[in-house]
Amino acid sequence: MNPISVVRSRTAVLPFENIDTDRIIPARFLTTTERKGLGRYAFHDWRFDADGGLNADFPLNKPQAQGCEILVAGRNFACGSSREHAPWALLDYGIRAVLSSEIADIFRNNALKNGLLALLISAEEHAFLLKHPGIELAIDLRHCSIELPDGGRFSFQMDGFARTCLLQGVDQMGYLLNQLSAIEAFEQNRSAA
Amino acid sequence: MPTSSPAPRTLLDKIWDSHAVVAESADAPGTLYVDLHLIHEVTSPQAFTELRQRGLPVRCPARVLATLDHSTPTRKPDAQGRHAYATPDAAEQVGTLERNCAEFGIALHGWNSAQRGIVHVIGPELGATQPGMTIVCGDSHTSTHGAFGALAFGIGTTEVGHVLATQCLLQRKPKNFSVQVDGRLRPGVSAKDLALHVIGKIGFNGGTGHAFEFRGSAIEALDMEQRMTLCNMSIEAGARAGLIAPDQITFDYLQGRAMAPKGDAWHASVAQWSMLKSDPGAAFDKHISINAADVGITISYGTHPGMVTGIHNAIPAAADFQEQKALQYMQLHAGQSLLGTKVDVVFIGSCTNSRLSDLRAAAAVFQGRKVAGHVRALIVPGSVPVQLAAEAEGLHHVFQQAGAEWREPGCSMCIAMNGDKAEPGELVVSTSNRNFEGRQGQGARTVLASPAVAAACAIAGCIADPAAYDNDKEQAA
Repeated sequence: MNPISVVRSRTAVLPFENIDTDRIIPARFLTTTERKGLGRYAFHDWRFDADGGLNADFPLNKPQAQGCEILVAGRNFACGSSREHAPWALLDYGIRAVLSSEIADIFRNNALKNGLLALLISAEEHAFLLKHPGIELAIDLRHCSIELPDGGRFSFQMDGFARTCLLQGVDQMGYLLNQLSAIEAFEQNRSAA
Repeated sequence: MPTSSPAPRTLLDKIWDSHAVVAESADAPGTLYVDLHLIHEVTSPQAFTELRQRGLPVRCPARVLATLDHSTPTRKPDAQGRHAYATPDAAEQVGTLERNCAEFGIALHGWNSAQRGIVHVIGPELGATQPGMTIVCGDSHTSTHGAFGALAFGIGTTEVGHVLATQCLLQRKPKNFSVQVDGRLRPGVSAKDLALHVIGKIGFNGGTGHAFEFRGSAIEALDMEQRMTLCNMSIEAGARAGLIAPDQITFDYLQGRAMAPKGDAWHASVAQWSMLKSDPGAAFDKHISINAADVGITISYGTHPGMVTGIHNAIPAAADFQEQKALQYMQLHAGQSLLGTKVDVVFIGSCTNSRLSDLRAAAAVFQGRKVAGHVRALIVPGSVPVQLAAEAEGLHHVFQQAGAEWREPGCSMCIAMNGDKAEPGELVVSTSNRNFEGRQGQGARTVLASPAVAAACAIAGCIADPAAYDNDKEQAA
């Protein structure tokens, strides 16, 4: 994974609460055996009508949302299934960070392991960002801060390990493989017990 | 010198501590050893690709159990044995798991296995799911296995790769959340009703960051299949895991199953398992107390499993624009009763409610009756053993004579990725676990319910209380 320190972009806003992973990528697109190329399915049944036409009312289809890499989403984002296809689809679509006041556990884990910044912000800051779509933010992982256009700053909290992994591009598989001797010792102790 | 007694621990704490290869610290998550890794065709292919790219073997193939369930058709294969896959991709995905299991030495309950079925049905059936274990799967309903006093939770595909390669996961311990249910469930009220009631109380996201422990006299009175239904839906309140301390009911269920310990090992295991309970005074971060007698027959009316109500109640007023949007999608309005609302499709199945007792509850309602002419009813057993047991009792005849379809085992219309789905606008009464927009087909509307309620809706052709179809009561009258 490539190291990430700053994501700078205008925001696109999806104000809906409880956006589930079936919304992010419907299950009928999960028959793939690849990680790549899922962006075309991101929010598919919101972005497109039943006949395949673009749904002009959907916030991400509006001209001002094009090219936005930061998504501000309603509370309890990405609840539901464990499908890692959800962060894969968002990343491939061009989203690099998701901000919300609540994000479901499994998705947040999956997202951070793929370099998608799934970050929790306070309810007040969340409410502000929901009301102001399109503002330019600079998310700085080094300082756990989000810089606003007027120079103001929001802060976010995140697990230190996940942050270090993102900043340094740590390969978590490699990290675990480095613990193989501890894993072997654990297995031996257990079978001896 | 007095020795200080160890601090009281919860069931979760005990399982966690005994699987910590490297303890969690402020700087890093713990390394947690995984006893049982369940895999299926949808969330594993990319993990095997990763192993192949890195030249890594599967560390403990004996701790991995594979099945086919999500993408698999539920119609019988044709005379040449060809399966009616919804798409070529689905066939390719199944073939990929077959090849991966063969290459890496993993036991697969594939098409020819008499044990194949939904991953969360077959783990317990085989006796692979055991108390005190850590169990993971690339599927959020892995919480089901917590019914046996195991710490079981869903993971993503990157983590599937981690477990395949190292048998471990980097994890932080969830917080403890006690869900205390005392008293007795009323007659006719099932574990599904209790699950929906609990989610309504805790909220769709109330368990985020936590693991539930279901406790109390009402929980102890549940059989294993009911406990699985309850733990299955923990994730629908945001909790990745839901546990129930093992007891004699657990041990009786497991004894004699193919992968359960035998002989002396069985007795030693039961002795160990008997200690798996929260200590008196163990601290929980959150607590909720529910009186079982307050739980009625419960169904959902919105677009997430926290939007639930008693079947006889009016739909509550929308609290905000989110709930208004949900009601609009469902074509329902506040103040209205759901009873009498026209139903198009009934689905009885899924890892929540596809076990033998679920099918029996549905059959008791279908017995001697006909599915309403405009309703399509689909009954999908959770596994081949469930299917055979149901057929041995003649339940399939009851369903077929009523006009319902009796299908082959799989996830089917719960996730609607195998071609079993509802059409836009159709109202589905479903025994599955999620009523999200479009979950059961684009534009489909879902009402979550117990098997008895779903069966009653199929007969009535509209949302109906199964009490109207209580054969025992009719005979007594």
